[in-house]
Amino acid sequence: MSKIMNALYNMRILDDLARKETIIHKIHPLVKLLTTVSYLTVVVSFGKYDIGGLLPFLLYPSIVFGLAEIPVKPIFMRLLLVSPLIIGIGILNPFIDQQIFMLGRMEISRGWVTFLSLFIRSGLTVTAALLLIATTGMDRIGGALRMLKIPRIFVLQLLLTYRYISVLMEEVARTLRAYSLRAPQQKGVHRSAWGSLAGQLILRTFDRGQRIYEAMCLRGFTGEYNTGRFKEIRVGDLAYLAGWVSFFAVARIYNIPMLLGSLITGVIR
Amino acid sequence: MSHHKLEVNDLHYSYPDEHKAVKGMSFCIYHGESVGVIGANGAGKSTLLMLLMGVIFPSQGEVCVADVRVTKKTLPMIRQRLGMVFQDPDDQLFMTTVYDDVAFGPRNYKLDEEEVEKRVLQALEMVGILHLKDRAPFKLSGGEKRAAAIASVLSMQPDILVMDEPTAALDPKARRRIMELLHSFKHTKIVTSHDLDMIYEICDRTIVIKNGEIAADGLTSEILVNSKLMDECGLEVPLALQNCPVCGSEKTKI
Repeated sequence: MSKIMNALYNMRILDDLARKETIIHKIHPLVKLLTTVSYLTVVVSFGKYDIGGLLPFLLYPSIVFGLAEIPVKPIFMRLLLVSPLIIGIGILNPFIDQQIFMLGRMEISRGWVTFLSLFIRSGLTVTAALLLIATTGMDRIGGALRMLKIPRIFVLQLLLTYRYISVLMEEVARTLRAYSLRAPQQKGVHRSAWGSLAGQLILRTFDRGQRIYEAMCLRGFTGEYNTGRFKEIRVGDLAYLAGWVSFFAVARIYNIPMLLGSLITGVIR
Repeated sequence: MSHHKLEVNDLHYSYPDEHKAVKGMSFCIYHGESVGVIGANGAGKSTLLMLLMGVIFPSQGEVCVADVRVTKKTLPMIRQRLGMVFQDPDDQLFMTTVYDDVAFGPRNYKLDEEEVEKRVLQALEMVGILHLKDRAPFKLSGGEKRAAAIASVLSMQPDILVMDEPTAALDPKARRRIMELLHSFKHTKIVTSHDLDMIYEICDRTIVIKNGEIAADGLTSEILVNSKLMDECGLEVPLALQNCPVCGSEKTKI
């Protein structure tokens, strides 16, 4: 149960981080959204055996981490949360793809290479998405999506789901606390109570959702989630976008680590 | 025509399970009045508030705000006039900062951002939590949350304030602060509560509800001291008006 409370607390850390006022936070949300989307597209576009080419893409999260003063630990912990999923998807690769690949004198199966590549790519993309939330805030991301003319129903769904997660988790924590206090000798929840517990949670969440919706309607909500006016996009914002997009393009077209390697070995020779 | 008049005529409401929650209520609340709505659990207080706000519609009878009948069509206008503070402030604070939450209503009415800011700061100032404007609502104490929820309604500049249990789950000092705050408002107020001492201090008029009907409607100073009526309606005389708990001597002056 304490794990759930921690997760709840941790989830809200992203909202807290988004309220900082660093140079990255001040960049226009739309620009940050577009930068992240282009980063994700480029990282995902790499072939499954291409690990070396991915390495320059570590630069983007590293710089954002540094300039936005985002602590690494909370982001890393969230990465760990997704890692079982990635392992689940990639774990069969080493057994399916058993062609031999030489790394120096070591023989490894190409499956391990694809597995590692998958792991790196998922790490980079999830980190970039989390950094976007931690430097922009969900509300402003919603606003940026609306500026891109994404239909409001989708944006609303995204924003409300984000808010409802915390509502559901609070309800879960409360229910589990009540359960564990009356079942002190049990580890977890006995399967006989799973059904009624889940049912209770759904009903309570419906109830809470209904009240929140009523509170919104009473304050004039008609389907548009207004998050205030954005500042104009400045030249600096455009330069940020252009800088990163051109870096991503260069790093995608040229294998920078290989170029650097051959340059260094060329000099040595 | 008074902008602040609220009229309820022969109101009836049944839930889908046929339970009759409101059976023929009628009353009229005038400009500047402060009205307490009290009754035992399940008497129909919350249903009445939902009917007033147009969250649900009566099966018979009508609610009129400033002589305008509450219907789906008139809801946007009605909701600008009537502001409701929910019992659980967590239901009402759904944005990431107090500022955004208080700005939610004015922004929905498409006010320009300068006006929104002016209203938000004014509302926060009125409830005394201007310094909390950039904080996340979930990090506030119970009293602060309540104040933020009230501010989120005040920013819409309603004529009538409707409050469901405004002092529930507050510590004594926070309760006192909220009461002083309510006292300072010049709005027409409708307050439901089980905190009868608060009703006694805040409201001049009290409506007692029993089983979906109005059991009494009159001056608070007369109704709350009527122990027979209170007892019949599942309530009791406010603690402040009861006999001395130590020596049992009767109150001689109210």
